[in-house]
Amino acid sequence: MSGTTTRPTLPDSRGRFGDYGGRFVPETLMAALEELELEYKSARSDPAFVAELDDLLANYVGRPSPLYFASNLTRELGGAQIYIKREDIIHTGAHKINNAVGQALLARRLGKKRIIAETGAGQHGVATATVCAMFGMECVVYMGEEDIRRQAPNVRRMEILGATVETVTSGSRTLKDAINETIRDWVTNIETSHYIIGSVVGPHPYPMIVRDFQSVIGRESRSQILETTGRLPDYAIACVGGGSNAIGLFSGFIDDDSVRLIGIEAAGAGVDTAEHAATMTKGRPGVLHGAMSYLLQDEHGQVQEAHSISAGLDYPGVGPEHSYLRDTERAQYVAITDSQALEGFQLLSRTEGIIPALEPSHALSYLSDFAPTLDPDSIVLLLLSGRGDKDLDTVIDALDNVS
Amino acid sequence: MSERLNSAFQRARDERRAALIPFVTIGYPSVEATLKIVPELEAAGADVIELGIPFSDPLAEGPTIQKSSQHALELGVSSETAITVARELRNAGVTVPMVFMGYYNPILSYGVERYCKDSAEAGIDGFIIPDLPTEENTELKALTEKYGLSLIPLVALTSPDRRLEEACANASGFIYCVGVLGVTGVAETAFDRVHGLVDEVRRHTSLPVGVGFGIRAPDDVRKVSAFADAAIVGSALVDVIGAGPEETSAERAGAFVRELAAGTRVG
Repeated sequence: MSGTTTRPTLPDSRGRFGDYGGRFVPETLMAALEELELEYKSARSDPAFVAELDDLLANYVGRPSPLYFASNLTRELGGAQIYIKREDIIHTGAHKINNAVGQALLARRLGKKRIIAETGAGQHGVATATVCAMFGMECVVYMGEEDIRRQAPNVRRMEILGATVETVTSGSRTLKDAINETIRDWVTNIETSHYIIGSVVGPHPYPMIVRDFQSVIGRESRSQILETTGRLPDYAIACVGGGSNAIGLFSGFIDDDSVRLIGIEAAGAGVDTAEHAATMTKGRPGVLHGAMSYLLQDEHGQVQEAHSISAGLDYPGVGPEHSYLRDTERAQYVAITDSQALEGFQLLSRTEGIIPALEPSHALSYLSDFAPTLDPDSIVLLLLSGRGDKDLDTVIDALDNVS
Repeated sequence: MSERLNSAFQRARDERRAALIPFVTIGYPSVEATLKIVPELEAAGADVIELGIPFSDPLAEGPTIQKSSQHALELGVSSETAITVARELRNAGVTVPMVFMGYYNPILSYGVERYCKDSAEAGIDGFIIPDLPTEENTELKALTEKYGLSLIPLVALTSPDRRLEEACANASGFIYCVGVLGVTGVAETAFDRVHGLVDEVRRHTSLPVGVGFGIRAPDDVRKVSAFADAAIVGSALVDVIGAGPEETSAERAGAFVRELAAGTRVG
């Protein structure tokens, strides 16, 4: 096993990961962000908080999630041995609940009884509505009109859980605009509401808090793969929209020099078309939603609309820590198209009997080309961030159009 | 810092009234209309004019300015357009101070130093940047000083005293107090709370203190003028500009600002 490099603890005191991150928000929010940062730091070192979170993760969320050796997929692709971290199996069917539970506990410490959230694919909205039902908190979820259309089952789930779903009709009517509206709500209701942001985006301290709550994925994965195989994986692969599941996984291996970290973003109709969400491949640094990071923008600094078949990757920005990992070359980022993702979706469904969400289907598609090029002794750890039930209508429509 | 801003506030003070600062979105309803509206505002009694540069994701704006920004973006209005508009207004004889109100990403994209230099050369007096708090403005602050521009800070009802002190220490031109918890043009100004905020701000600075967000009518201007040095009116004016044909938008804007200006007299 090769060595480890202890990296600086990031973000720094200004909320920066190198040049990225920071706090580019209206002044009205600044005091609340400072309060949140202080409360989070005190919670993190409070044994009672940690114990309650661990208990909820074990008994409510259903952690640890399994690490599954995908023998059929390994055989089918030839090459590397493929292990899948099964976030699709935990409560609500995706990794988003890990963060929602942690932040709901934080909101309670802050004395905030009204929770607001944005959602793209609806998984974060469902996770937030779920924890709000459990904690007895009011829940308002902002969702773009376009996403409401393509993720209808999740809208119904949120409503059943007692949440109010607010339709966002501005801009591209997807995740970016849902975040804008949630921030506008927060500016208005700052004294009563906590914003549970769903990814490692937004102003400091959110990218840090969400990463830390998702780092349970990386910690579990690391110990599970060591226990199962006796060694670390050669590759850790995850999809990246804002990038919370990927950061959660990567954080477990970031100091292990031998583990290559690969993030898969959405190429939509192709990175050379106008319809993609390939922030790392085609973007340049800019400021959106309170943080400096890679950003899809035109020559005037106007944010461009992203396009992806998967609502959870349909975002023109990316978490600031990913931008830092990219620039420092600790992680690499690859873009996969809608049609490739559909192949990945079908591949896992048919070989392993696991219907993946469209977001990790991008990573599965990358793997289907990548694994055959690898040595049979090598180990790939792939993060299955969620299950595909929510995507059936989208996939059926897309496959009908293809045939 | 801008001399034009200083003397505009001084003149209002000499005339025993608050200053009136109307806001328009550049390119709403068209760039040509903006070039006609701004001189009308000056003639109607505006002391400073805020020129809004549209951004795709204006976090601090309510529906009115979101729509006017979206409209301007569809016409292709950019930072370049804004600088050209400012220059043309100065060439046409507008002497009132003008400040750009815009979000940070288009400035970054334009190049921070180039933006300051070109804005100053075009006759702009300062910037209001709603998503650039004190912590993030070090680079821009130094460059505004280099080019003789004011960087006008926003302070909020939620700002603790420590933040007010930092914002004031860092300020030039005037201090912009956000009069509501919320975005522009939705809720009515929280007059009691913002009065308290203005008093707190005055303990940290001798600069003029203005109030904006939620000021829609002459009576609102009157209330604010009783305790602040300036009333800032955005969404209500943008609504007036949008409520009728483009050809008469400058006339409507001028008439509305004349009504508002009547509210600035103190006592």
